[in-house]
Amino acid sequence: MKTPSKDEIDSIEFDLLLEAINRSYGFDFKNYSKAHILRRLTYFQNWNGLQSFSQVQDLILHNKSKMKELLGELSIKVTEMFRDPAFYLVLRKRVIPLLKTYPFPKIWIAGCSTGEEVYSMAILLKEEGLLKRTQIFATDFNEKAIEIAKKGIYAIDKIKLYTVNYQKAGGKNSFTDYYHVRDNRVEINPELRQNVQFALHNLVNDNKFETAHLISCRNVLIYFNKELQNRVIDLFSDSLINGGYLVLGMKESLLFSSKAGMYKTIDADRKIFQKRLTGE
Amino acid sequence: MMTRYKLVVIGASAGGLTAFEKLLAPLQTGFSIPIVVVQHISPDSENYMVSFLNDHCNLRVKEADEKEVVLPGTVYVAPPNFHVMIEENLSITLSVEERVNFSRPSIDVLFETAAYSIRKDVIGIVLTGGNRDGAMGLKMIKEAGGLTIAQSPEEAQVDIMPSAAISIAHPDYVLSLNEISELLMRLSN
Ligand SMILES: C[S@@+](CC[C@H](N)C(=O)[O-])C[C@H]1O[C@@H](n2cnc3c(N)ncnc32)[C@H](O)[C@@H]1O
Repeated sequence: MKTPSKDEIDSIEFDLLLEAINRSYGFDFKNYSKAHILRRLTYFQNWNGLQSFSQVQDLILHNKSKMKELLGELSIKVTEMFRDPAFYLVLRKRVIPLLKTYPFPKIWIAGCSTGEEVYSMAILLKEEGLLKRTQIFATDFNEKAIEIAKKGIYAIDKIKLYTVNYQKAGGKNSFTDYYHVRDNRVEINPELRQNVQFALHNLVNDNKFETAHLISCRNVLIYFNKELQNRVIDLFSDSLINGGYLVLGMKESLLFSSKAGMYKTIDADRKIFQKRLTGE
Repeated sequence: MMTRYKLVVIGASAGGLTAFEKLLAPLQTGFSIPIVVVQHISPDSENYMVSFLNDHCNLRVKEADEKEVVLPGTVYVAPPNFHVMIEENLSITLSVEERVNFSRPSIDVLFETAAYSIRKDVIGIVLTGGNRDGAMGLKMIKEAGGLTIAQSPEEAQVDIMPSAAISIAHPDYVLSLNEISELLMRLSN
């Protein structure tokens, strides 16, 4: 009988853990960046004082709340309001005017995390007179993140950064118009989420969500391998109307998508794409 | 004989620009191992180091792109405000994850994933800097069987970072920049 090497054991335990997470809870991380998943799993293992991925597997199979914790580890929730202000500037100039031509535009924000991106979009729409007739669908596969997004209550220490971002993003009013401070926390005005529907949605295995005029999926695809990126872009392409817009994170692209040809590049640096009209 | 090494990862903070120049300038275009570097920079700075090093090195220097597979003869620099991770197939994954050691990009993140993905076939190097980023990552590379090097603290413009790496990771070599270049050239053949 041969002795398995340490590398072999590590690789087996990794594969089995992903299989266990998928079969028990329905989250499939097989097509995520392996380096990212390994890093987060190892952190979770050490944090819980465990010695191996086999022990992690045992823990999460028998303890749902631990699985929720692990999901939090694997889903990088880091976000901010008006992240990449220059992107919002271009969105305002080049995309919003066209959205205005539709009577009831629909926007899908996929991988919205704790909602900061959603409220940024809502503020922009409000300033462009478009908020009342626009429907926003904001989705993520992380339940905890969606709960926070629905409440729209955030730590106060970020507000300085957000105010600067808002101004750089071409904000027309005073940023303080959009929130009030209570108990040392920032509460986003509820008016901004009147037309927002928050929902759980997993880009790996759920179906297309809604017919949309604009889909924003920023800083999510970087964690997916090329196959999964391709799958998700397919999903977006099915959901977008012809002439609709797809916007991605600053380091993301359509390079690995078989549907790349369906899109025109509106702004290469800000990753703003438009699905071609038929015959275009 | 072909080199067994598949990747060199290097991290620096304060004083890094000149250190990188000194270390990389002697390497010739035939250098057979891809190099990925993290230099701590402020989030919204232009990546000045890329053009600077390009002007002063024989190797091609570029910013690391998402999903790009790293190639010999090239130095990949982490973009401002993103972590760089390396996959088993030598492709790059960028991440917006929280700062690590107050830094994004962080040296530890690159080194840790290099240890997971490339194991014994990676060379990790910690240069000058005023914090302790890179020390834990270098330790993980050492534990994975990779080759580990710290710049000699006497030579480093700021010695805190190489000193931390030495005390935590016990690297295989503590060398001056010239010696590191020479060693890399030897290992490259
Ligand atoms: C880095 S955040 C990006 C947040 C926001 N879009 C932004 O750019 O600031 C990535 C988000 O993607 C979500 N995510 C990761 N995998 C997902 C999946 N398969 N389906 C839906 N959301 C996912 C994570 O839960 C996390 O909230």
